[in-house]
Amino acid sequence: MRPILMKGHERPLTFLKYNRDGDLLFSCAKDHTPTVWFADNGERLGTYRGHNGAVWCCDVSRDSTRLITGSADQSAMLWDVQTGKQLFTFNFDSPARAVDFSVGDKLSVITTDPFMGLPSAIHVKRIAADPDDQIGESVLVLKGPQGRINRAVWGPLNRTIISAGEDAVVRIWDTETGKLLKENDKDIGHKKTITSLAKSTDASHFLTGSLDKSAKLWDSRTLTLIKTYVTERPVNAVAMSPLLNHVVLGGGQDASSVTTTDHRAGKFEAKFYDKILQEEIGGVKGHFGPINALAFNPDGKSFSSGGEDGYVRLHHFDPDYFKIPSI
Amino acid sequence: MAEVLSMEDIRAQAARLNIDLSAVDWDSVRLPPGEDCGIISDDDDLNEEDALEFDAGFGNIIVVDNLPIVPKEKFEKLEGVVRKIYSQIGVIKENGLWMPVEEDSGKTKGYCFIEYNTPQEAELAKEKTHGYKLDRAHIFAVNMFDEIDRFMKVPDEWAPPEIRPYTPGENLQRWLTDEKGRDQFVIRAGSDTEVLWNDARQVKADPVYKRPFWTESFVQWSPLGTYLATVHRQGAAVWGGATTFNRLMRYAHPQVKLIDFSPGEKYLVTYSSHEPSNPRDTHRVVLNIFDVRTGKVMRDFKGSADEFAMGGTGGFTGVSWPVFKWGGGKEDKYFARMGKNMISVYETETFSLIDKKSIKVENVMDFSWSPTDPIFALFVPELGGGNQPARVSLFQIPSKVELRQKNLFSVSDCKMYWQSNGEYLAVKVDRYTKTKKSTYTGFELFRIKERDIPIEVFELDNKNDKVIAFAWEPKGHRFAVIHGDNPRPDVSFYSVKGGKVSKLTTLKNKQANALFWSPSGRFIILAGLKGFNGQLEFYNVDELETMATAEHFMATDVEWDPTGRYVATSVTSVHEMENGFNIWSLNGKLLYRILKDHFFQFLWRPRPPSFLSPEKEEEIFKNLKKYSKKYDVQDQDISVLLSEQDREKRKQLKDDWERWVNEWKRYHEEEKMARQMLRDGEASDVEEEYEAKEIEVEELLDVSEEVIQDA
Repeated sequence: MRPILMKGHERPLTFLKYNRDGDLLFSCAKDHTPTVWFADNGERLGTYRGHNGAVWCCDVSRDSTRLITGSADQSAMLWDVQTGKQLFTFNFDSPARAVDFSVGDKLSVITTDPFMGLPSAIHVKRIAADPDDQIGESVLVLKGPQGRINRAVWGPLNRTIISAGEDAVVRIWDTETGKLLKENDKDIGHKKTITSLAKSTDASHFLTGSLDKSAKLWDSRTLTLIKTYVTERPVNAVAMSPLLNHVVLGGGQDASSVTTTDHRAGKFEAKFYDKILQEEIGGVKGHFGPINALAFNPDGKSFSSGGEDGYVRLHHFDPDYFKIPSI
Repeated sequence: MAEVLSMEDIRAQAARLNIDLSAVDWDSVRLPPGEDCGIISDDDDLNEEDALEFDAGFGNIIVVDNLPIVPKEKFEKLEGVVRKIYSQIGVIKENGLWMPVEEDSGKTKGYCFIEYNTPQEAELAKEKTHGYKLDRAHIFAVNMFDEIDRFMKVPDEWAPPEIRPYTPGENLQRWLTDEKGRDQFVIRAGSDTEVLWNDARQVKADPVYKRPFWTESFVQWSPLGTYLATVHRQGAAVWGGATTFNRLMRYAHPQVKLIDFSPGEKYLVTYSSHEPSNPRDTHRVVLNIFDVRTGKVMRDFKGSADEFAMGGTGGFTGVSWPVFKWGGGKEDKYFARMGKNMISVYETETFSLIDKKSIKVENVMDFSWSPTDPIFALFVPELGGGNQPARVSLFQIPSKVELRQKNLFSVSDCKMYWQSNGEYLAVKVDRYTKTKKSTYTGFELFRIKERDIPIEVFELDNKNDKVIAFAWEPKGHRFAVIHGDNPRPDVSFYSVKGGKVSKLTTLKNKQANALFWSPSGRFIILAGLKGFNGQLEFYNVDELETMATAEHFMATDVEWDPTGRYVATSVTSVHEMENGFNIWSLNGKLLYRILKDHFFQFLWRPRPPSFLSPEKEEEIFKNLKKYSKKYDVQDQDISVLLSEQDREKRKQLKDDWERWVNEWKRYHEEEKMARQMLRDGEASDVEEEYEAKEIEVEELLDVSEEVIQDA
């Protein structure tokens, strides 16, 4: 498996997202410019210029026409995927972090960081079919969790929003009433900041990765803890294979505490785990620094990783990979 | 105690009795006096605790008796004198000096109270000034205030002590009778301390006992494995048993820092050092020697840190642990410490110096007991610029006879290594070259058990090599040396059998800086810790061949289990990453690996020596096949069982997962219509419904008109 090294960002990667068809890969980095690539050969297609701060997260609509990005410049932007044109800007009073389109792409959730005394919040915005009709008003604002909300995604049928962040708690909110429906049990939950969250294709379950060196698999409807994957490093990014029963964890020691002793000390590998047995089955090395972002191609035949080193590595699996026995 | 009802029951009861619970005014309910319905009031608890604190709050007050009785006029003068004496020792609290006077005459009563900031200061003041002669008629009698209280409580009449009925104790050796012959170990990670079985056959650690905050600094097994000692602010404690770990005894010693068992685990030495109240003074050191089983203090030693600081080499200051070294084997007969120009040997029968005096040795630098016999070796460096040679001497106790002495010239340093049976003593001697600019190394080998203790000198092939590590084979006749100056040193093995030192082999260019012999000999691990990142080489010295090489990345510690069957390597919290331990078989196969954050300690539980005679052991070794058959069968059974269990577990996991997946599928199906609606009727959940269409898009990029002029 020879990875394709995609050099385009000047700063650490923050997020990766494939479109539904799996032909485009969107990458966000701290260098203000989200970029789109051909998911096949890693060729750079274009960039989305306009943000004035690190871009933390993005989502692409089902028909691959709209892109939404959340940035530290206290805004979230809607883009035309094809032309790279800015369609609309949602302005906030604090940095925007997670963004996610709902099923049907008529709504989007955007989280904002705690900033200058403001608490963190989850905003729900209506996305108009015609960008000219787009307004900035929030349909719903949810508050309550302490610290940053690193991820917020839609639950099944847009009935719920699942959020997770610095306070290490996974929460499920009702999108109709704005009420908190469920909070995970403290004893079984994460012990440190949850850094990432990945939904399954059918949104029935999701995987969270945390700095407590573990990743956990939850049921989206009941918030039942199904699996725990334990690793040796803080987890910054997680991804689930849509094809096989595999999960991938990426991370590594904090960039600020990287020592110069040994390249193995950092463990900047993407670790593959058997989703059911919770056992490590392999690893993909390569990044010269912690992995911050992971994404699976919807066809399950390739995945990409984005690192603190500013590179995106695109891996097409060897035929052998698909022969890995599963129970 | 009344039965405790659940809220449910109460509601049901109330409904039956037709009482509306919400209408009851709870404050109007009065219980009969003395009846608490089995509910203990929180208030009582609080009161009790307060009273306790009150009781123990006078530790920092002393009472000075036998002061002169003076009239009112001299009161201030006397107070000044007392204040002067006592403020030298510590800080007296504001208004902390109180001298009571007779009400009518204004005369003092001949005693006063002094309150210090800390109990330590008060303790010190008591110690220093008890018996202080102010003048001939007034010799101070100083007591702790708390003690006076206690003395007052002594009943006037003697009552025979109550004889407590004998309660049979637990068999503290039971862990040795484990059916599977497993060994225990203790680990400390985070705030938890945990004892586990090493179940190597099932490749896992089997928990025995776990307790958070068991110790406040570290834990330590006693040398024969009977006790596990924990260290607390108030003192040390020992715990024992096979599975329960009950506390067996406590040893009060405030602020204890270090502990040490005697080899036969009869005695426990505890050590603490206290900040001086006056920064110019040195630290005060307190050592207690307890009888492990009764908990009685057999002897205590107090003094300034200087008195207990060992000579050591170079600018070494502070106390080197253990202060007291135990000698005479497992009988715990003698213990000794080194002082300036002397070695003080005590015997445990009386806990006093042998012959009431120490052995005078000018400038002694180091001494070390034979592990089995009451013999110690000491080293004295060169004196008078080389006029008086350095020497290594062997002393016998209790006769204090010098058994053997060897003079050595131009020595820079000496290190003594005893073989575990006390048969040999190897002294590593670093000597200066003629120019005095560099040193080279030689060895002096003492054959203790032979007549007249012959000494043999031997050197490495290249005597300029630096010696990095030296280790005797336990109970054996071989030793290993890591030597060399290059980054990858050499390892050599020697045998001392047959009256002379012979080299067995040299392994070149090894990544090793530490040697770990198996406790039963034969096997050794050449370990490259620290700079070598945890390289391990498992070596068979009988066959002179490497069995395996491995790596435990960043490993800091290596420890063989007491039987020599397994090895534990661990990464302790000196590193931030990789914390945890690996268990290996003796031939270098990794059995299992457990990661724990903030991993502090890994200690195998020691075993007492085997009762088998060497002949019997030899016999077993010869007929190993006969004995091993039984275990082979067991191994076979377990491996079958394991794979069975494994299969079972996998099947279970798979079934559980299937259930989840099916449920999700069902939901997915049920919600299909709702999803379609959300997508404005687009029914493309499934890929098959997808249709690839080729759309031609023409884009007009630019239109410009240009007039082309014909020439």
